[in-house]
Amino acid sequence: MTRREEDVPAEGGVVAEVARMTEEERERHEAEIAEVVAPDREIEVEIGQTLLEMRDVTLRFGGLTALDSVSFDLRRGEILGLIGPNGAGKTTCFNAMTGVYRPTSGRVLLAGRPLARLSRHRITQLGIARTFQNIRLFGEMTALENVVVGADARHRTSLLGALLRLPRHHREEREAVARAMALLEFVGIADRAADKAKNLPYGYQRRLEIARALATEPKLLCLDEPAAGFNPAEKEELMGLIRRIRSDGYTILLIEHDMRLVMGVTDRIVVLEFGRKIAEGRPAEISQDPAVIAAYLGVSDDDAA
Amino acid sequence: MTATLLHTDNWIQFDVHGLAEQFWNNTVDGLAQGGIYALIALGYTLVYGVLKLINFAHSEVFIVGAFATWLTYYALGFRAGTTPQLPVFELIGFLLVAGVVAMVASGAVAVLLERVAYKPLRDRNAPRLVFLITAIGASFAIQQTLKLIFGLNQQPQIRLVQPRAVFEIFGASVTNVYLILFVAAIVLWFVTDFFVNRTRLGRGIRAVAQDPDTATLMGVNKERVIIVTFLVGGLLAGAASLFYLMKIPQGAIYNGGFLLGIKAFTAAVLGGIGNLRGALVGGLLLGLVENYGQSLFGGEWKDIVAFVVLVVVLMFRPTGILGESLGKARV
Amino acid sequence: MSLRERWNALSRPAQWAVLLPVVALVYFLPVLDPPVIATTGTDFPTAMFDVARYALVAVGLNVVVGQAGLLDLGYVGFFAVGAYVTALFTSPSSSLHKLPFLWTLPLAMVVTMIFGVILGTPTLRLRGDYLAIVTLGFGEIIRLLADNVDPLRGQRGFERVGADNAGQPLFTHATQWYWLTVTIIIAVLLLVGNLERSRVGRAWVAIREDEDVAEIMGVPTYKFKIWAFVMGAAIGGLSGALYAGKLGFVNNQSFDVVTSMLFLAAVVLGGAGNKVGVLLGAAVVAYLPMRFVQIAKYNYLIFGLALIILMIFRPQGLLGARQHLLAYGRQAYQRLIGRGDQISGDSALAPEKTGGRS
Repeated sequence: MTRREEDVPAEGGVVAEVARMTEEERERHEAEIAEVVAPDREIEVEIGQTLLEMRDVTLRFGGLTALDSVSFDLRRGEILGLIGPNGAGKTTCFNAMTGVYRPTSGRVLLAGRPLARLSRHRITQLGIARTFQNIRLFGEMTALENVVVGADARHRTSLLGALLRLPRHHREEREAVARAMALLEFVGIADRAADKAKNLPYGYQRRLEIARALATEPKLLCLDEPAAGFNPAEKEELMGLIRRIRSDGYTILLIEHDMRLVMGVTDRIVVLEFGRKIAEGRPAEISQDPAVIAAYLGVSDDDAA
Repeated sequence: MTATLLHTDNWIQFDVHGLAEQFWNNTVDGLAQGGIYALIALGYTLVYGVLKLINFAHSEVFIVGAFATWLTYYALGFRAGTTPQLPVFELIGFLLVAGVVAMVASGAVAVLLERVAYKPLRDRNAPRLVFLITAIGASFAIQQTLKLIFGLNQQPQIRLVQPRAVFEIFGASVTNVYLILFVAAIVLWFVTDFFVNRTRLGRGIRAVAQDPDTATLMGVNKERVIIVTFLVGGLLAGAASLFYLMKIPQGAIYNGGFLLGIKAFTAAVLGGIGNLRGALVGGLLLGLVENYGQSLFGGEWKDIVAFVVLVVVLMFRPTGILGESLGKARV
Repeated sequence: MSLRERWNALSRPAQWAVLLPVVALVYFLPVLDPPVIATTGTDFPTAMFDVARYALVAVGLNVVVGQAGLLDLGYVGFFAVGAYVTALFTSPSSSLHKLPFLWTLPLAMVVTMIFGVILGTPTLRLRGDYLAIVTLGFGEIIRLLADNVDPLRGQRGFERVGADNAGQPLFTHATQWYWLTVTIIIAVLLLVGNLERSRVGRAWVAIREDEDVAEIMGVPTYKFKIWAFVMGAAIGGLSGALYAGKLGFVNNQSFDVVTSMLFLAAVVLGGAGNKVGVLLGAAVVAYLPMRFVQIAKYNYLIFGLALIILMIFRPQGLLGARQHLLAYGRQAYQRLIGRGDQISGDSALAPEKTGGRS
């Protein structure tokens, strides 16, 4: 984590405390954090069962078929990678899964429930959260505020409640801030909690997006190229973070170009090419699959960096 | 046989019979007025197409043209009250001179506006709201400058062309003024359309409208395109002001631009903002609808018609009748 | 700005200790009638009332434009509705049942809120420029209705608005109207402040920043936009009702588009998104023309030029400071990093800086 010259390091607060902790204390602290961050909603689907299902999803834009009868499922508790050469339809697939695009035909089912015709914020409330390929934070808000907006997705305070500061407003505010603070620590950016999002270093911004998405208490976290622009050390850190998120109880869908990252962190991989699924399986199987190799011609773009 | 709406006593009527009687008069008048709207709408639509900016001050650019026209008449020796009997060629000559002066004045103000008020904002990547505020400020500034120069009252009408019926359509008389106006509007529209669709500079405009960054990479001088866009809009507004002064009974008013500007903008939106054909269609259509509405509902509701049309179009078909498109090539 | 940082560093009680004398001063201003500030040509208490009602409008419009980022160019429409509601229910010229003036205040708010819902529901699906034009259109429609709908008495207007059955207005002195308005402004500021530091205020800022992402993060954007609009409408209507009561006369002459533009300018000048900044903006827009009457001719010209120049060099307005969006923010920052909110101020309109890449 690099810092700008003119930054004054935080001297007080939790961040400084943690720096002074012993190994044991730190582990306990992290466990506490993970408790707060963990998804505590009743998730009907058991670990290993299908959480999200893509059933024959086809997406056409005018004359262009972006997705052609794509089917796969995503199981609770796994980290699924979605890869493919440029233009394969990964982002389109991603958008179809998160409700940004409506499939021309086929269905997307979350815990058995179809996502068709739902507004985007309803889909988030049902439990799908995402990050963006080109970071889209609320630049004018602080890091903490960004995350709290995510937590707001679960709130039920009305205009009147906020206006008059009713008890539910107070309770939800306290909970949101507590959860947001824990999330900032969890992803490792708590030291810049009070900075405006647009002023954060790139690595912090990427992690802030993840924290914000987790704040919505999703069942499924979708990461869209979260490692773009990272150097190898940062990618290692990110892999660690992704594993920690999964250990905490989340299910993760990952779009990435970096093969080493994908192979290293995912449980299963789905490969797309020209809008069609050409392979599905464990990383070891995928790396040997002739169709996949052909599609990529063995070139992994980021590894040379 | 005037049917009146319940609960409204006499402040609004629904006079179908009146509409039927006045239909052709309204049509003729509407088309003429529509021509003016179309010419001003072209200015809005071009600037919006290229910059995605609603140039609120365009109405003031138009009024500058009106005052320039008036000043030219005055400088040439004409005065209010009497309409001189001039041989046709002289008349045309004077009109051309006034027209050119108006066009130059409006064009110059438009370009000045762009360079002084908008360009600095573009350089600073200002958000939309800021452009809007500046446009409003510019609108005020120009309007008030005119007011200070020319005085608080409107300038009396100087009429060069005596309105005279030329022929009749179904009982509605078409005057020479209407004829000149309508024909000139169509011709100017064709010229603009030709310019945008068939010249190199016009191609540049369409390229920047579609994708400014790529256009720049392809060698299009974006700044030049923007200046030309504003200039063309200003020239057209200047021409419109010449015809406007010919048509209206009263003279040039320093704040007469606002309402007209909003209506012209409505016309642009109605036809499809960013779409040249849309500006013409929208302008003519609005002129017609306004006049029909006047007969149908009563004269005092004429202005509301434009706003209601605006609101309804934006709510139900914001892309307008012909759809948005400056970037699309003409088929 | 170090001033802002020093202010944030003060504890809450300390902040109140600074604020209270300022507020007291504001209240006593018309009584003191200080020589330099006093307006020539307009009775000073009346001038102060005008500033106050502009300030109230600015706070309301700030919710719509500054916080939620909705371009509303027809705000004068709500102001007009409020004024007309008061006129219709208190003026002898109206045929409706008479109500005491103070009752028309909440009534005006309710009616304007209804208008806000009617107006907002179809139009808030539009974005940016289109929304601006539609609201402009609606503002003009309301003005034209005021002109042409006979029961609203066009130019003749309503007389003795705000008078009770005996024909007595609520207050006889402008200063009392001023005090009433200032008190209302303070109450509204507190309520709006509550909204800012809640999920509502955060949702608004999120919508302003990036509406699509806000929705994807679970914000019901449409609903909240309507709420912003309705809240703004209510405040505008309230100000209109107060104006009607003070003036005692309502007709179609004072609700034109220029007034909408002035309201917007007050918000932008002061700092869109900053509820205290817009008070300052309103003071400038309303007060300066009254103070410097000698240049009254050049008012709008100076004004127009000032807007152009301001937008180039300081688009974030005079104060341009940031809102605080967390109810327990101070404690949270203290807990996390050892000191309260320490960032410098930038408003929604500040020029873009490049984001920090490490």
